[in-house]
Amino acid sequence: MVSGYKGKVLELIKKHGLEVGDRVLAKNERISFSGILMPRSELDDDQHLILKLDDGYNIGLSIEGLVVQKLPSEESKISPPPFEAKSNPSLPKVSIISTGGTIASKVDYRTGAVSPALSARDLYQSVPELGDLADIRTEILLSVLSENIVPENWGSMARSVSNHIKDGAKGVVITHGTDTMGYTAAALSFALSNLPVPVILVGSQRSSDRPSSDAYLNLKGAVFAAARAPFAEVGVLMHGGSSDSSLVVHRGTRVRKLHTSRRDAFASVNALPLARVQDGKIETYGGYRRRGGGELELKANFEEDVVLIKSFPGVPPDIFDPVIHRGFRGIVLEGTGLGHLPESLFPSIRRAIQSGLTVVMASQCLYGRVNMNVYSTGRELLNMGVIPAGDMLPETALVKLMWVLGQTDEPEKIRELFLKNIAGELSERSDFIDVERG
Amino acid sequence: MNGHEAFRGRNLPALAVESVNHHIKVGIEIHQQLDTPKKLFCGCPTVLREEDPHFSILRRLKPTYSELGDLDRAALFESERRRTFCYQGYNDTVCLVELDEEPPHDLNRDAVSISLTVAALLNMTPVDEIHVMRKIVIDGSNTTGFQRTAKIAFDGWLMDGEERITMQSLCLEEDAARKISDTPEMMTYRLDRLGIPLVEIATGPDIHSGEQAERVALQLGRILKATGRMKRGLGTIRQDLNISIEGGTRIEVKGVQELGLISTVVEYEVTRQRNLLLLREELKRRGVTAPRPKVVDVTDVFSSSNGKVIKKALESGGRVQAVLLPGYGGLLKTELQPGRRFGMELSDHAKVFGGVGGIFHTDELPAYGITEEDLRGLRKKVSATENDAVVFVAAEAAVGSVALNAVVMRASEALKGVPGEVRAFNPDGTTHFMRPMPGSARMYPETDVPSIVVGADLLDKIRRDLPELLEKRTERYIKEYGLSKDLAALIVDSPYAITFERLVKSDGLAPSFVAATFEYTLKMLKREGIDVESLEEGQIRDVLIRVHKGEVAKEAVAEIFRWLASNRGRSIEEATRALSLGAVDTAALKAAVAELVGRNMERIRRDGERALSPLMGDLMKTFRGKVGGKVLHELLKEEIRRRLEGAPR
Ligand SMILES: [Zn+2]
Repeated sequence: MVSGYKGKVLELIKKHGLEVGDRVLAKNERISFSGILMPRSELDDDQHLILKLDDGYNIGLSIEGLVVQKLPSEESKISPPPFEAKSNPSLPKVSIISTGGTIASKVDYRTGAVSPALSARDLYQSVPELGDLADIRTEILLSVLSENIVPENWGSMARSVSNHIKDGAKGVVITHGTDTMGYTAAALSFALSNLPVPVILVGSQRSSDRPSSDAYLNLKGAVFAAARAPFAEVGVLMHGGSSDSSLVVHRGTRVRKLHTSRRDAFASVNALPLARVQDGKIETYGGYRRRGGGELELKANFEEDVVLIKSFPGVPPDIFDPVIHRGFRGIVLEGTGLGHLPESLFPSIRRAIQSGLTVVMASQCLYGRVNMNVYSTGRELLNMGVIPAGDMLPETALVKLMWVLGQTDEPEKIRELFLKNIAGELSERSDFIDVERG
Repeated sequence: MNGHEAFRGRNLPALAVESVNHHIKVGIEIHQQLDTPKKLFCGCPTVLREEDPHFSILRRLKPTYSELGDLDRAALFESERRRTFCYQGYNDTVCLVELDEEPPHDLNRDAVSISLTVAALLNMTPVDEIHVMRKIVIDGSNTTGFQRTAKIAFDGWLMDGEERITMQSLCLEEDAARKISDTPEMMTYRLDRLGIPLVEIATGPDIHSGEQAERVALQLGRILKATGRMKRGLGTIRQDLNISIEGGTRIEVKGVQELGLISTVVEYEVTRQRNLLLLREELKRRGVTAPRPKVVDVTDVFSSSNGKVIKKALESGGRVQAVLLPGYGGLLKTELQPGRRFGMELSDHAKVFGGVGGIFHTDELPAYGITEEDLRGLRKKVSATENDAVVFVAAEAAVGSVALNAVVMRASEALKGVPGEVRAFNPDGTTHFMRPMPGSARMYPETDVPSIVVGADLLDKIRRDLPELLEKRTERYIKEYGLSKDLAALIVDSPYAITFERLVKSDGLAPSFVAATFEYTLKMLKREGIDVESLEEGQIRDVLIRVHKGEVAKEAVAEIFRWLASNRGRSIEEATRALSLGAVDTAALKAAVAELVGRNMERIRRDGERALSPLMGDLMKTFRGKVGGKVLHELLKEEIRRRLEGAPR
């Protein structure tokens, strides 16, 4: 395997029958080094090879005039300490379903890159304390970075959760990349109807191969919340601040990633979080669906032909043409302010609705609710048949529309279902709350 | 306690104290902060701050498996302590990168250039492509749990007299956070220092004495300074020393900040290793085998003890626990370094691993309120004879047990000789145990930072712009500017060399006056505790030009700097006004001169030129520091000439 190498340097490596991980002697007229041939980033040039020297440093050597030779490599005698999975049947059963992402990634020393590689079992192994919190089952469902998640994956996640609950899980943890974790959380909130136990999505902003990773605390908190939380809802658990002390569980339909890199990137928008987890205690914030009662009902169909379009000054009206022609079924508009669009778009919107598309209006303000009665342009959109998304996040509105269109084809049912609060995504009242963010 | 003397006569040969020996091998590792405007991986300024931090956060670190699957020993050691780390920062000079809340930005190119310049001055070969690594350090000094470091160059040399000293490697790395406080539960660091670029230069183990180590360190320091891009002052340069003797083991002594201590540290470490080898011989002679880590609870023996520490520990629910070191009797008193006995090594291990305040052992007792009777009970309880040593601690049971296990481990290592470890130095040059030697498998690629190709263009530019070495510059200053040897050496060594040369060249100021201002006046003010660094180059230049023109008296320079330093952002005009310098208006001055001359006409007629000097003296009494001497002199001469030429009265 000679990953990452290309062009001239690849020729050189192949000529000498070298592989990544081989011990190599490399010399030219100035230098002579022995070290381990390391993988190279695909983006780097084809003029250098990388050696790991005995002091641990990697250096790049120019192949110009470089003579390489394979050396006999000594077998590494060191192996990780044996792992014994603790099992304690007296603890609540919790399932960890792994889907990939940073919480489940490590540096691949073959490719030199962070990739989703740690299995649920690996995670459990690297955080053995999990065994003191719950009796754990693990499943590797997917192994994808969250930017590559598609609505179909939501369906398989929902079905997997359902199976684990049928098998007696008192809570389910899903490890997930953070980029689209909010979308998945919303999707599962709609798909898992009449949920009897907590389903906690958890991720990390620093990969778990790093000593400072937030993965450990987040994962412990997620398992703890899955095992003990009084609520039976889909939540996203992440750091509540930059410190490794408090964790927050956000309601799946109200959560948004609001920072690219901070540990506390996630925030509840237009609602209080479900709970705070700190010092081994779960403190809830207010109303929630209680654990127990009822049979889980799986409604895991999502209509993928829905788009999210953001309004902006100068937005060209014809961007809607391909959406209409290609036969999409729904459009979520991210309007400005209370839910407005430039009038130049009105003919396109009218045409879309006449063509049978469901058109929904959310606000790019994120905070607050749309109100399309205040200005005449808003009223005109309402008259055309645009459905206001209330205080729903645009992304939640998107996922909800996908879900609604996956449940029914009847226009009246669509409108009715969309306007109904299904999983705490919509409220009649806007509470005056101190927004918990940054 | 003078037990050692008696003991030495009985069992051990005299302490070995000898400094020069060709079996001594010393390598130096110099860490020097670079004076770049920005940090190595972010845009924050490289400033340390003393005022109250704006925020703080709490974190924990967890060790991870390295690529070889080996959980690094030193890393594990730190994590065993399961501490919380508190990080302090400032909103305007610490960003999300230091907080480990944002990926590192690209490697600072300015710092790369400086490193390559140093490498060239040390005759080293640069790498063709720079790769940033993560060196695992989980003592909390890096928020990430690793230090970012990159190898820049290798295999150079410098000469120490006739001897060639290898420069093994030069790395560019980020400095760690500053430790502010340290308790068993919480370690507090300040993030201002984290990320300041530093070069780490490691010599080969080619040095054979403490004096030589000191010379090499000095020479390295001067080469670094020649770049004009090094930070100065306390804490900006640190030396680690790797010391071994034949039969001994490589020991790393961390963080020696003063050059003058290097030879002492080497000398004392050589002494320590020799004494440990002698101790091993003595243990062998006695037929001692490795002690067993059997911790015995001896609380009942001390239940009514008057020992303060013991009493206090028992009152708060602690236990007294002991281990037996069979055959070690008397050996814990062995002096390894001046004032540091073998018992203290055991104690340091107990402190570091167990977090206890210290240990008691039978070789130093009775004392500290512990009686002969207590000791008899103790010995009986653990079945110790006079030939054995007993070590005990009073602490919470779990903590005490960890501490005593560490003691047994260290005592066993004495049978092998010198255990490899990292030591920290004490102000007197002796050292104490800090942590075990880190394993080698603790480097991971920093995948967030792209590699940098060191191109021929860059290297050509570095070679073209190589700075003048300090020795050369001194010679040139003597020749070109007529400075005295002392003054030239001083100015070259100071942070002002470049400014000095600029002022002399651009403004035609007298070199010795400029040099003296920097080296004598500013240094004097610094000694007074005045913040000389806050003076801007432009201000200094302006003051010197005014003196040159005679607008400001030479004597007033110090006063003006003093005022400017404590009134930041204010102008020189404001300074002179506030100090009533130059505030004397010309008319008043002329009148004063005329009056003085008038009063002394008789004397002037009598003495001619010779009268000038006492009159100047009188004028200076009134106007010293307010009007330049040159100006006074001119005025005086003119007035005299006017009178003598017979202007009518
Ligand atoms: Zn910064």
